[in-house]
Amino acid sequence: MDIEKVAKLARIELTDAEKERFSAELDAILAYVEELAAVDTEGVEPTTHVLPLALAMRADEVGEKLDRAEVLAAAPAHDGHAFIVPKVL
Amino acid sequence: MARADWEAVIGLEIHVQLATATKLFSAAPVSFGDEPNENIDPVTLGLPGALPVVNARAVELAVRLGLAMGCEIDRASRFARKHYFYPDLPKGYQISQFEEPICRGGVVVCDVDGVEKRFRLTRIHLEEDAGKNVHEGGRSLVDLNRAGTALCEVVGEPELRSPADAVAYMKELHQIVVALGVCDGNMEQGNFRCDANVSVRRRGETRLGTRTEIKNVNSFRFVGRALEYEIDRQIALVESGGAVVQETRGWDDEKGVTRSQRGKEDAQDYRYFPDPDLMELTLDEAFVERVRSELPELPRARRDRFVRDFGLTPYDADVLTQSAARAAYFEAVATATGDGKTAANWVINEVLGALNKAGLDVESSPVSAAALADLLGLLGKGTLSSKMAKDCFLAMYQDGVAPAAWVAKNGGQITDTGAIEAVVREVLDKNPEQVQELLSGKDKVLGFFVGQIMKATRGKANPQQVNEILAREVESRR
Amino acid sequence: MATTKADAGPKPGVVAALVDAQRRGEVTATALVERSIAAARATQTLNAWTHLAADKALARAADIDRRRSRGEKLGPLAGVPVGVKDQIVTRGIPTTAGSRILEGWVPPYDATVIRRLEAADAIVLGKLNQDELAMGSSSESSAVGPVRNPWDPARVPGGSSGGSAAAVAAGVCPVSLGTDTGGSIRQPASFCGLVGLKPTYGRVSRHGAVAFASSLDQIGPLGRTVADVAAVFEVIAGHDPQDATSLTAPVPAMDDLGEAVAGLRVGVPGEYFASGLDPFVRAAVDGAIALLGANGAEVVPVELPHTRYAVATYYLVATAEASSNLSRLDGVRYGHRTVSSVKDIGELYARSRAEGFGPEVKRRILLGTFALSHGYYDAYYKKAQQVRTLIRRDFEQAFERCDVIVGPTSPVTAFGLGERLGDPLQMYLMDIYTIPSSLAGNTSVSVPCGFDPEGMPIGLQIIGPPLGEGRILRVAGQLERLLPADERKPRVYAEGC
Repeated sequence: MDIEKVAKLARIELTDAEKERFSAELDAILAYVEELAAVDTEGVEPTTHVLPLALAMRADEVGEKLDRAEVLAAAPAHDGHAFIVPKVL
Repeated sequence: MARADWEAVIGLEIHVQLATATKLFSAAPVSFGDEPNENIDPVTLGLPGALPVVNARAVELAVRLGLAMGCEIDRASRFARKHYFYPDLPKGYQISQFEEPICRGGVVVCDVDGVEKRFRLTRIHLEEDAGKNVHEGGRSLVDLNRAGTALCEVVGEPELRSPADAVAYMKELHQIVVALGVCDGNMEQGNFRCDANVSVRRRGETRLGTRTEIKNVNSFRFVGRALEYEIDRQIALVESGGAVVQETRGWDDEKGVTRSQRGKEDAQDYRYFPDPDLMELTLDEAFVERVRSELPELPRARRDRFVRDFGLTPYDADVLTQSAARAAYFEAVATATGDGKTAANWVINEVLGALNKAGLDVESSPVSAAALADLLGLLGKGTLSSKMAKDCFLAMYQDGVAPAAWVAKNGGQITDTGAIEAVVREVLDKNPEQVQELLSGKDKVLGFFVGQIMKATRGKANPQQVNEILAREVESRR
Repeated sequence: MATTKADAGPKPGVVAALVDAQRRGEVTATALVERSIAAARATQTLNAWTHLAADKALARAADIDRRRSRGEKLGPLAGVPVGVKDQIVTRGIPTTAGSRILEGWVPPYDATVIRRLEAADAIVLGKLNQDELAMGSSSESSAVGPVRNPWDPARVPGGSSGGSAAAVAAGVCPVSLGTDTGGSIRQPASFCGLVGLKPTYGRVSRHGAVAFASSLDQIGPLGRTVADVAAVFEVIAGHDPQDATSLTAPVPAMDDLGEAVAGLRVGVPGEYFASGLDPFVRAAVDGAIALLGANGAEVVPVELPHTRYAVATYYLVATAEASSNLSRLDGVRYGHRTVSSVKDIGELYARSRAEGFGPEVKRRILLGTFALSHGYYDAYYKKAQQVRTLIRRDFEQAFERCDVIVGPTSPVTAFGLGERLGDPLQMYLMDIYTIPSSLAGNTSVSVPCGFDPEGMPIGLQIIGPPLGEGRILRVAGQLERLLPADERKPRVYAEGC
């Protein structure tokens, strides 16, 4: 596994020590899951859902909103109206 | 090398915001222009533990659009997660449809410079919109009001060959989604916007060139200009020995250029997978048939019908089918009077002409279709001359006067032969010299007499009868 | 022989006793909550709680007492203190899921299960410690430190719902809620001598459960008796329009828990008694199965041939979904954001997440991200979902031959703190018996069936087909009656509940 590429995709900064450690651990886990390759799954549908349910839908009716002040109170940075982040392009 | 040696290949992806009251996966309201972060709930915010539940109305509108475009409606489609990190995307993934969209295929039929063209669609799928990042100084402000709004993405095959094709295609689709009630069509608010993929190749070449994607263009004019610019840029680049880089570009309308937008990340890997929070979306036959039965007539079909049934020119029919309201207005007038051509002339020249000056459309016309039909009835019967009818219309438009009332007040056209004869003889009697001039061949004196007669009848004499009777009376004095 | 016991009713529940005592005026809800708060404090060496909502709980208790004194009709769990795993969202009560990344987050909404508990007049006592974001089998990966097992504080309580098990086992509250993705209710129940139910996937709303693996997660109850677990299950189960994967089937009344097992076909899968199974666990489980047989159940061998692939399948499916679900923990709208200076938004994400997630969570996010990434999706994620289909079919075929499947909940009893942290793969493999029924979406319950020579509890797992909660709880209830009475108490235990 290309640990740096995966960590970048996952947006997790890793130290060199972590890269080394996770690389080794994940390689061991991947070696273990390799056993699945031996299973004959020719023509077997993947299980996306275990339930035999049709999609439940809701009517287009407005429901309860959250209180902005309560929501922003939990935010790391805000200006009373919006969440603040470093400038994005 | 000339532009004519090159061919552009263009495919549009158009985002159509569905006209729903709530978001695609939650009951938070959809509303434009509110204070930031007013229309939020746990799903919109991507709070831990919040789960998506599909808006049935959005599904119905997607099916309606698909049916109108002649798509295959997939009886079983699926939602998938598309992952990327961006502050306006609260969950870190967008719920969209990937391998199994709700509509496949379909076609946009439109006229380009008077030629009918058919452009195929790849698919139409449902997805949620992102929020908005507003850049302010060294920071960005995140507003999630728009996040989660229901969209249909209409993906066209790369079959467009010119900016004119692209603009015609986009206009046609716009007209359709509005006519269907699927979208309010408001482009300024971004409710109908387009990403354009474009590449160039030398004529005769069958392979595709490297394409660029122009993102988020929200006006017909911008699409045309951006494509013109981008096609020229690519041709010049290749001709000078350069190569087109596959990238996302933005249109800067002030400068009239497209500009490279730094990639959101070096290598996009969206890691699509079926959303485990949402079951397969299954549609039964009865539902699809119900939606089909409720489809309104589309602008293009209506236009063809107007040409066929009312004898209109394609141009007039086009003007009259720009909106459902216009078409309904015209059709009411034409049906009531039984004369489509006259109705079309009057609706276009008088009604729309007057409204246009005020920046209005037919919905706000002070003259109802029924009133206009009454007026045209009087015109048809000869009660009013065209000139009088126009005066009457002005009174109707400005003061709300009914045609009958106007006639009662101003009198109708004089069509009684005896009465006109009496006036003609009186005028001829009073002007013997001019009669002699006329008889000696000076035809221009005829105009003098018509003027005198009309003056004497205060313009109400039927002009055709005046001409006939005048000629006869002059002859009789030879 | 214990045959005559089969005709007796189920073991009386603690919940029912507390509700009745209040009804008779012998105790008030306020007194119950005060006792639970005192018990939580007296047993705090267990580190079972992330947050004790003492003031809120007391206020609710006072309200219930007031309503009772006015003669109002109260709900079925009136005045019963309930502990809630921190994975479950509670409005106004900090919810961290045992993670630094949600440190200090006070949710603005309640999970559906919380609304249902409160509608039944239960009292949320506080939030229970757990493995970080429900990832683990020992409750050692919490940001606020490991939970200890009341039976032996040097050992783990199991995980990830370790706090939910420890608090009930220590007598702090009669019942608690946990979440189970691959065994996180059943295994701690087994390690702590409790009954723990993983409902059928879709039976209990997931709305408000911080998502780990969406296609596997279920909320369920832990308690000291089958009756207690059944009482809470009845309240929290049932269709929820806010969860599109919620089943519409009606929830049966749990009033036949005392019914005899005679004639019931009990399937025993050979694969669940393979190498790695502790001999004492095996002996206790065999004994319980024999007891069922002696009481008229028909014991039949069944096969679950794809069991050996279950752990690999699970770790691909669960981590892939987790990597997606945890993307929202990005430090933008709530939760932890790095205070170090960052050059751009990308660095803000990467560093906030690096600081906020512990090693086990990082490991799983990385694995899941990889399993979904371009070029690997088919070989890993899709392949795992195909094998999952084969595992489901194993159960479908087995349930043609039997009514329930029984076996050990865990191959071992509670192990020492820190003992198994060195090798993540070995830790994963301990979930071998609980994972398959999670992948299949079945329901299963762990029920105590004895102790090992060191006095650590052993659990028996009863697996039922989808919607089979009534059936497996009935078998569990009978077993509870049939097994010889054992009144021993955990070493850390708050008397008087």
